[in-house]
Amino acid sequence: MSKIDKDEHSGVETTGHEWDGIKELNNPAPRWWLGVFVITVIWSIGYWVVYPAWPTLSGDGERGGTTGNTGWTQYSQLAESQAEIMARRAAYLDRFDAATFEAIQADNGLYAFALAGGASAFKDNCATCHGTGGAGASGYPNLNDDDWLWGGTVDAIEETIKFGIRANHDETRFSEMPAFADIFAEDEISDIADYVLSFSTNTIYPTRGKTLYDEQCSLCHAEDGTGDRFQGAPNLSDAIWFYGGKKGEIEAQIRRPKHGVMPNWNVRLSDSTIRQLAIYVHSLGGGETE
Amino acid sequence: MNTLNEKPNYNDDIVKLFTIATIFWGIVGFTVGLFIALQLAFPVLNFGEYLTFGRLRPLHTSAVVFAFGGNALFATSYFAVQRTCRTRLWSDGWSSFTFWGYQLFIVLAAIGYVTGITQAKEYAEPEWYADLWLTFVWVAYLVVFMMTLKNRKEPHIYVANWFFLGFIVTVAVLHLVQNISVPVSIFGTKSYPLWGGVQSAMIQWWYAHNAVGFFLTAGFLGIMYYFVPKRAGRPVYSYRLSILHFWSLIFMYIWAGPHHLHYTALPDWAQTLGMTFSIMVWMPSWGGMINGMMTLSGAWHKLREDPVLKFMIISLSFYGMSTFEGPLMSIKEVNALSHYTDWTIGHVHSGALGWVAFITFGAVYHLVPVLWKRSGLYSLKLVNTHLWIATIGIVLYIAAMWVTGIMEGLMWRSYDELGFLRWSFVETVQAKHIPYLIRAFGGLLFLAGALIMVYNVVRTIRGDSAGEAVQDMVHDPNRNDAQNNSRSTGEAVHV
Repeated sequence: MSKIDKDEHSGVETTGHEWDGIKELNNPAPRWWLGVFVITVIWSIGYWVVYPAWPTLSGDGERGGTTGNTGWTQYSQLAESQAEIMARRAAYLDRFDAATFEAIQADNGLYAFALAGGASAFKDNCATCHGTGGAGASGYPNLNDDDWLWGGTVDAIEETIKFGIRANHDETRFSEMPAFADIFAEDEISDIADYVLSFSTNTIYPTRGKTLYDEQCSLCHAEDGTGDRFQGAPNLSDAIWFYGGKKGEIEAQIRRPKHGVMPNWNVRLSDSTIRQLAIYVHSLGGGETE
Repeated sequence: MNTLNEKPNYNDDIVKLFTIATIFWGIVGFTVGLFIALQLAFPVLNFGEYLTFGRLRPLHTSAVVFAFGGNALFATSYFAVQRTCRTRLWSDGWSSFTFWGYQLFIVLAAIGYVTGITQAKEYAEPEWYADLWLTFVWVAYLVVFMMTLKNRKEPHIYVANWFFLGFIVTVAVLHLVQNISVPVSIFGTKSYPLWGGVQSAMIQWWYAHNAVGFFLTAGFLGIMYYFVPKRAGRPVYSYRLSILHFWSLIFMYIWAGPHHLHYTALPDWAQTLGMTFSIMVWMPSWGGMINGMMTLSGAWHKLREDPVLKFMIISLSFYGMSTFEGPLMSIKEVNALSHYTDWTIGHVHSGALGWVAFITFGAVYHLVPVLWKRSGLYSLKLVNTHLWIATIGIVLYIAAMWVTGIMEGLMWRSYDELGFLRWSFVETVQAKHIPYLIRAFGGLLFLAGALIMVYNVVRTIRGDSAGEAVQDMVHDPNRNDAQNNSRSTGEAVHV
């Protein structure tokens, strides 16, 4: 079987076998290849000494495995890197938590800290609905203007973030406009919509619209349409619309109003982060003082 | 050897079918890949529920890995095992069953993906009924292959067949363990897996990593070990290296899965073990590259003339690169940066496009004239065009993914001096838009190259020749099969 057969080109012996014209040379495996392989094995054995690496028969040790001579675990590494981040925040955090808003605003360092923390939390938690720049969308309020449904002071914003709107929390902000489709006829709804539009435009309104509005709507939205933040009733006299300012959109909102939900963030974010968020949102353009 | 005058009656019809299926599913897989790449760059392209990224992504991965790659493995293993055993493939009926059975599995799986029927396990999305069917088909494949080996007229089993057999056996084991589940009802599609929690995660990545290791590595090394020496007309460089790297690859690879679960609920010891075995499998993987490349010594001049051989050598280069990159990415500290980023996508594609697809293209270009008994390919120039368009496409793809992967990895972990995260997730997505366009363009080039191959293959089957100065010469009806298979490009045919 093993007749000596040499490859003409290299002068190396073949193994003497042939399959469909294919032969094999009897070259040794390259030494560097074996060398690097041995090095990776030795390196791995060293690694097993240093880190948790093999399951123990008894099930003791680092979650059922050997502990490694440094005591390293992924949890110790996590704690270490979190401590490093918290140390950076610690330069401001205690003072920030203890200070009033006025004191924070007066202190450049603290105010910058609040804005940086708020911006970071906003982009990861709030931007999904309100947009990365806080400009909102239909049904999601714009946070850059000075039109506030529930108030634009830092404290009011903070409360809104903490407990949410129509959220699953006892202290959540809550308002509900009735569906007037069952109360008004279609032509009455049309007249009311014309009247509501007249607050922010110079259009002529039908007197029946005013009568109906004064009877049914002014209790919450006020006779001049300026709304009532205590009840979360939107201001109808500015040209800012939550669900659209076309007549048809206003009529739809009178017939069967949409009611959005904002979560109560107190279950996900720390008090400190919520306060940073409130200060950040307050700074976007429409923040109010008391 | 006096066997040159024998003309064994090989079953090439089955190889033809698998070759056509390889090309067909390849085009499907690349096209869906291009589309989902565009969906990532332009989310507006998610139309309706059936064509969302979430459903098309497993369609793409399965079409490429299991449909394109799987059919390529069937075609080449059936072709090579007959010739290296000098015997006809065992049982025409059962080998035919593996073809139609496997295509049915692919269709069953694809329908599940777009209609939302999934067990939500990566690379093992098909539900229990499709898994059960694949089990039958795979056992038939194993039996056909083993019986052919048993009937061999050669005293020894050639190295390519070790790799094919290792791949078939291990994939069977992986498939069974990963998919053990209890159907809710015999007429329903839903099932619940036996494994839960972190055990399920561990089984998942043991399975998925070894799908790469045994389906896409061991199986395709089988292709390499037959077609590279065949095409180069040179002996395999080192028999001893092939033994050493075969057994070390098989033994080491199977442990490496946990590196997909760094910094998770998986215990530290399992993570470390997976990582160190990933490092140790580096040289066993490279053994295949060394043996393939060194086989060309004495035939380097053929690379100048033969673009088919170029495909094979470039594929070995990408194989070497991605089997270095893999161990590198398995190191905890590197993985902390690379995990969950596009770097992983880039890594997978340097393997899938560069290694798996290129060695397949090389094999297909070699197979078609032999199977259809044509004198050669329609056009070697078109093979060359395909080669360069596809290579540029891969380079653009991988480079774009390195950029986005490392960029987003760094952005995710970046804290400012006050201790706050510097970037939000959506900002990292925005930052990736331009590289995503470059990636999609790379994919377009790759698909365009494959379409050129389709044209070349169709013209070859029709018996046309572009009449180029340097012509492919594979099959001469006056020569016997063994002579025709040890072919040479651009040289006169001695009848």
